Amino acid sequence: MSVERFPVEAGHIMLFARAVGDTNQIYYDEDYAKTTEPSGMIAPPTFVQSSAQFEPGYYLRPVIGEPWFGSGKESTGVERESGGGGGGGLHAEQHFEYHRHLRPGDVLRSVNKQGETWERESKRAGKLKFSESITEYYDQNDELVITARSVGVQTERPVDQG
Amino acid sequence: MALKASEIKVGDEHTEVVADNLTRTQIVQYAGASGDYNPVHTDEVFTKDIAGYPSVFAHGMLSMGATGVALTNYVGDGRLTKYGVRFVNQVWPGDTLTATIAVEELREEDGQHLVDLTVSTSNQDGREVVRGTATARIDA
Repeated sequence: MSVERFPVEAGHIMLFARAVGDTNQIYYDEDYAKTTEPSGMIAPPTFVQSSAQFEPGYYLRPVIGEPWFGSGKESTGVERESGGGGGGGLHAEQHFEYHRHLRPGDVLRSVNKQGETWERESKRAGKLKFSESITEYYDQNDELVITARSVGVQTERPVDQG
Repeated sequence: MALKASEIKVGDEHTEVVADNLTRTQIVQYAGASGDYNPVHTDEVFTKDIAGYPSVFAHGMLSMGATGVALTNYVGDGRLTKYGVRFVNQVWPGDTLTATIAVEELREEDGQHLVDLTVSTSNQDGREVVRGTATARIDA
């Protein structure tokens, strides 16, 4: 997923820190953040994943005025192909390399390229189809700030919990 | 506080509970903040009837993010240079997650001291949910 413009904002960092259960005040309080080693607010290490918010047409965000595959009156709003995961597969791996940490005021863009694909049989979920993607995040000065590698998996059926 | 190469050794561990009785509401918070609104994380009706899972489950990235709390608490603010994980089991509402960060190697690269870490988070049944590695800059 490539993103043209991802403005990093202090309020978004706060919401993200709450969501992962992080009470470190560097993510909430700019005055406190000035007293820390980075001398200001930074983003938590997995924050950049929320670039999905800024991806046009991201398939896991409802589009206003269009049917959504989650439940409304019925269990699903639209017909979907059968298959495990229900929402287009599961996340298998995620890797980040930090060239520097993000700060409020940064404006990122990302460049995405598909990596390898492979298949494997599993007892718990049938045939697994893996696909890798590499995303490079550049800042407002066109400097590479984070390199991300993601592996997704489509399962043949829901993962057995036994 | 940053770690010091002179004060840590291979095998040192930091353990922290990073989610206690994980709530559906926290999963909803994660969906809202991250922008991943896949209904398998927040929509019990869809997840049971259509996706075929017993209940909603957490985003893999929520378990990675929660594990990251223990990681940054250990290495200090802005010190991570790498962090990567595999999602080895799903995380469910009600799970209590404990993250363990262990020192794997201490090394120097271009005069910068670094620590390589292993990262493992398990649920209340001892089942591993996240397994990975990280690297951080440390002081001498």
